[in-house]
Amino acid sequence: CAGPRLGAAMMEGLDDGPDFLSEEDRGLKAINVDLQSDAALQVDISDALSERDKVKFTVHTKSSLPNFKQNEFSVVRQHEEFIWLHDSFIENEDYAGYIIPPAPPRPDFDASREKLQKLGEGEGSMTKEEFTKMKQELEAEYLAIFKKTVAMHEVFLCRVAAHPILRKDLNFHVFLEYNQDLSVRGKNKKEKLEDFFKNMVKSADGVIVSGVKDVDDFFEHERTFLLEYHNRVKDASAKSDRMTRSHKSAADDYNRIGSSLYALGTQDSTDICKFFLKVSELFDKTRKIEARVSADEDLKLSDLLKYYLRESQAAKDLLYRRSRSLVDYENANKALDKARAKNKDVLQAETSQQLCCQKFEKISESAKQELIDFKTRRVAAFRKNLVELAELELKHAKGNLQLLQNCLAVLNGDT
Amino acid sequence: MAAEREPPPLGDGKPTDFEELEDGEDLFTSTVSTLESSPSSPDPASFLAEDISTNSNGPKPAEVALDDDREDLFAEATEEVSLDSPEREPILSSETSPAVTPVTPTTLIAPRIESKSMSAPVIFDRSRDEIEEEANGDVFDIEIGVSDPEKVGDGMNAYMAYRVTTKTSLSMFSKSEFSVKRRFSDFLGLHSKLASKYLHVGYIVPPAPEKSIVGMTKVKVGKEDSSSTEFVEKRRAALERYLQRTVKHPTLLQDPDLRQFLESSELPRAVNTQALSGAGILRMVNKAADAVNKMTIKMNESDAWFEEKQQQFENQDQQLRKLHASVEALVCHRKELSANTAAFAKSAAMLGNSEDHTALSRALSQLAEVEEKIDQLHQEQAFADFYMFSELLSDYIRLIAAVKGVFDHRVKCWQKWEDAQITLLKKRETEAKMMVANKPDKIQQAKNEIREWEAKVQQGERDFEQISKTIRKEVGRFEKERVKDFKTVIIKYLESLVQTQQQLIKYWEAFLPEAKAIA
Repeated sequence: CAGPRLGAAMMEGLDDGPDFLSEEDRGLKAINVDLQSDAALQVDISDALSERDKVKFTVHTKSSLPNFKQNEFSVVRQHEEFIWLHDSFIENEDYAGYIIPPAPPRPDFDASREKLQKLGEGEGSMTKEEFTKMKQELEAEYLAIFKKTVAMHEVFLCRVAAHPILRKDLNFHVFLEYNQDLSVRGKNKKEKLEDFFKNMVKSADGVIVSGVKDVDDFFEHERTFLLEYHNRVKDASAKSDRMTRSHKSAADDYNRIGSSLYALGTQDSTDICKFFLKVSELFDKTRKIEARVSADEDLKLSDLLKYYLRESQAAKDLLYRRSRSLVDYENANKALDKARAKNKDVLQAETSQQLCCQKFEKISESAKQELIDFKTRRVAAFRKNLVELAELELKHAKGNLQLLQNCLAVLNGDT
Repeated sequence: MAAEREPPPLGDGKPTDFEELEDGEDLFTSTVSTLESSPSSPDPASFLAEDISTNSNGPKPAEVALDDDREDLFAEATEEVSLDSPEREPILSSETSPAVTPVTPTTLIAPRIESKSMSAPVIFDRSRDEIEEEANGDVFDIEIGVSDPEKVGDGMNAYMAYRVTTKTSLSMFSKSEFSVKRRFSDFLGLHSKLASKYLHVGYIVPPAPEKSIVGMTKVKVGKEDSSSTEFVEKRRAALERYLQRTVKHPTLLQDPDLRQFLESSELPRAVNTQALSGAGILRMVNKAADAVNKMTIKMNESDAWFEEKQQQFENQDQQLRKLHASVEALVCHRKELSANTAAFAKSAAMLGNSEDHTALSRALSQLAEVEEKIDQLHQEQAFADFYMFSELLSDYIRLIAAVKGVFDHRVKCWQKWEDAQITLLKKRETEAKMMVANKPDKIQQAKNEIREWEAKVQQGERDFEQISKTIRKEVGRFEKERVKDFKTVIIKYLESLVQTQQQLIKYWEAFLPEAKAIA
């Protein structure tokens, strides 16, 4: 079944509050605050369509760069093509010294679809109002997940577009411009296995390499910091997820309570029926606010933490690559010494050693800048999101408070 | 003196009129109205020993509140009888029977108090004067508190003792403030006695809190964890609500057993309330028998009011159960939210520690603190969710069960009347047969039996009318109480929600500048 199609204004009308969307927009983009409008190259996802198994993103580019045939154009891409682009960066030796923007997670509507299905099965066991209410809720949930996945894919592209080196990447330009299918079929089993071993080796290596204490204080500090930070962000992200989910469950309960109160109110013959109906209305309204609180916490806190979980992993990968190149450099040094000692293939050894040295120094230089940028981005993103989180929490609490006080005024006035 | 009193205006006995009377929430106005029931009406007299027919003055439409003659009896009792009075004993001695005796035809007619022959008219009048005096004073002035749960004893014989404190200006009590120590089975015993006296004549006796073998075992065994303290608190609150509801009932308040429960320092142990005792098992068997009977009795309902009301209560029951389930889910999720918020707070604190940007690190620590405080808030809110909202609902689910029980008793009463009529018919047939067969002594016997059963039929009819009237009044009172209860509690609950939001605003307002300070 075709899911909701996101219009150019990103579905301004479909949600209860248009501000929900724009905040989300701001939220995720704000994760990388320096991705401001840059006339040279602007990328966004202007539309998206959800089909049964896949999501089709419309990638829209505006650029004044001479590399492109037109100033403004769009193509349709799927998730696998984003992964292809990301992997091409990873595999490119030239980019070893950069933090590669983390790949967007795969769109996952399974849970939401399951819930919608269960609701359909249980239709007989609830009243029409309840069913409609729950259906609306689940549809809103589906929509929220959809918007999130769009935003995450967009952030990836924006990060690439904002990076001074990566934005010039040829594959990136092809991705943006080539209006045919890139035919990047997902990795087959063999390739997936290769990947798996590669990662294993990397982590084994990581153990070995990280044992080597770095001469450079900066990197030594970064390594200790990143290791610990990454773990703690992982934990915080998981706990934040659980917290927002509980919040949502409680909001769902308000829904059912509202329905029950409504039923009590309509069937009651005494003067308390008005009372019940008013309280039922209150629960319905307050539930919307509570659901919003949960959604905003999810966006500003959980998503922020999740994103920096991935970014800190990318930063760790950078450090790993630098360590690898350091090891290569040291090995090349040893080989050179051996060659000199034996006086055999010295030139070869010298060239090799020089290359390794250059590579290591190049990586170190760009890595340093990348890590400094990473910190700047991180601090800015946290600041923006924490401020917005606090502002939203306040807004919702005040809204809730007013609802409750208004209701109480009416109820007390009646009795 | 009594004769000079003007009876308060009464309507034609419809339930609504009774409600009007009670508007003043004056316990004693209702008593006063009942005191003025006409002595000529057949109903009350049959309940009481003959001397009480001195019921006062004033032609009164017979329908109203005549069943409260029993109230009169107790009104007198409160004035005259001390705890040691021999007159009390017949009532007290009946304490063992209610728990065990099933509702048989003989006990269907209320008076255990028949043996108690009270009321010289003078006493009667005097008590009415005093009652009227108090009626002009404070409204329904009695406050019950259940507090200070204390564990007594050790091991499996241990039990919790609760302090029951009464504050009152009612003159039926010897002091204005007093307290006693009671254990859970005492409460059950009280309910048992009240139920046996009043349920089958149509009074809605508030049900006692439920037993919990698991809960109590934990307490006995000495598990000092939060779940057993929660259990004790839940029970304490439930016992308090139970007593408050019971004393609110004008008829029950007059009951000497209730007074003894509140006042007397030593209470005979109610052993028959133990779940697995012989009496307990007998009760279960009787309940089952009742259930079967309910299914097989088909009553010709002549009064649509009863059918309507029964349906209403059925619907209410359903909806309340649903609502209760949703609120219980809310309590559960709120507790979960609290736990998860606490876990997140700790995690955020750790993250703040490892963050190497100073300002951000500080802000994250602040966030952790805010979340910790919010966790506390959630806990408190869950507490309110439960004790105000959820417990209100479960109380009313049980109350409605009691109401349904009372309706069932009416059906049984009708059945008894029917049966008497059928038997009378048979006896008449027997008499006719004997006449034909010309057996003089058998005829005499038959005539005697006919007389006996004629009386029983009359009694059956009176009982049925009585219980119907009582139920109408009780249901009216119940509905009023229900409306008041729900309104009061729900408003209190909403106020708890208001408080939570106000606190949230405070916490986030304090945090916002910290977040903005990240440079």
